[in-house]
Amino acid sequence: MHIMEGFLPVKHAIGWSAASAPFVAYGLYSLKQRIKEKPEQRMLLGVAAAFTFVLSALKMPSVTGSCSHPTGTGLGAVLFGPVAMAPIGTVVLLFQAILLAHGGLTTLGANIFSMAIVGPFAAAAVYRLAKSARLPFGLSIFLAASLGDLLTYVTTSVQLALAFPDPAGGFTASFAKFATVFAVTQIPLAVSEGLLTVVVFNALARFNLRELEEMKVVTAQEVQA
Amino acid sequence: MKRYQNLLMLIAVVALVAFPLWMVEKPAPGPDGNEVEIFLGADDQAKDVIGRIAPEYKPWFKPLIEPPSAEIGSLLFALQAALGAGFIGYCLGMSVTRAKMRRESDRQAPC
Repeated sequence: MHIMEGFLPVKHAIGWSAASAPFVAYGLYSLKQRIKEKPEQRMLLGVAAAFTFVLSALKMPSVTGSCSHPTGTGLGAVLFGPVAMAPIGTVVLLFQAILLAHGGLTTLGANIFSMAIVGPFAAAAVYRLAKSARLPFGLSIFLAASLGDLLTYVTTSVQLALAFPDPAGGFTASFAKFATVFAVTQIPLAVSEGLLTVVVFNALARFNLRELEEMKVVTAQEVQA
Repeated sequence: MKRYQNLLMLIAVVALVAFPLWMVEKPAPGPDGNEVEIFLGADDQAKDVIGRIAPEYKPWFKPLIEPPSAEIGSLLFALQAALGAGFIGYCLGMSVTRAKMRRESDRQAPC
């Protein structure tokens, strides 16, 4: 989902950076407040960040014959709320942009917007919906993480289609092309991400239930149900 | 069922990764005799799509540092995954021990 360095026109690069900046700034502020009030949550925050590190490093093959990677942002979005993932995702994207030439500095804003803003917001919203529909805990987490992952790649396709509309078919034709590359490839990976997130959540629910209850993510009854 | 849930999910992930490797067949070499490569990164394919839609577009910025070879690139990716996995493992181990100690102290001093 990384748009490569220099592959967004200047106007788009600036626009997406401007759109992402307030989320990252507010996310940093809210994380600071949270750690100040509840220093014991530092470890779970570290787990959320580490999970994003691992999953976004795993390039997996897909049925389309190309490779892509999951994002790992759903876990933290459900635990700490979507805004918290903006700065965390930024750290991962910066690491990859600077050291790995994967993504880039000029496209950082756009990549933050898809992976660290749209994905987490989608995941948190899906989790809330699933919870209010009284779906089982594991299924809610699975839907949240995998749909957040998928929507990240849909966003990337939208971003590229906006920047490079097809000369004949315009935005729609161009979006179809980019979505074939990104979103379709991503479907099995999104399923994998959903499953892995549930595995981690099962462990958290077993060993860190007190923290989860305090953070109002789940209650003991929901986990056992 | 609950007991095997995690194991089943991990097996499913392995199957999801293995299935494309087994299913996608390498196409025959093109007319120019070049081997067609498969399982390239989707990011690179997007670059090709851009090239087809807007052939006149030139990237206006180059990465500051590029890994000198694919090996170094995979070293850095492995490092990224190892750091994350290491931290998760540490936290999990700590939480397991803490839960165990809590249970034991509850048993010794019922309150």
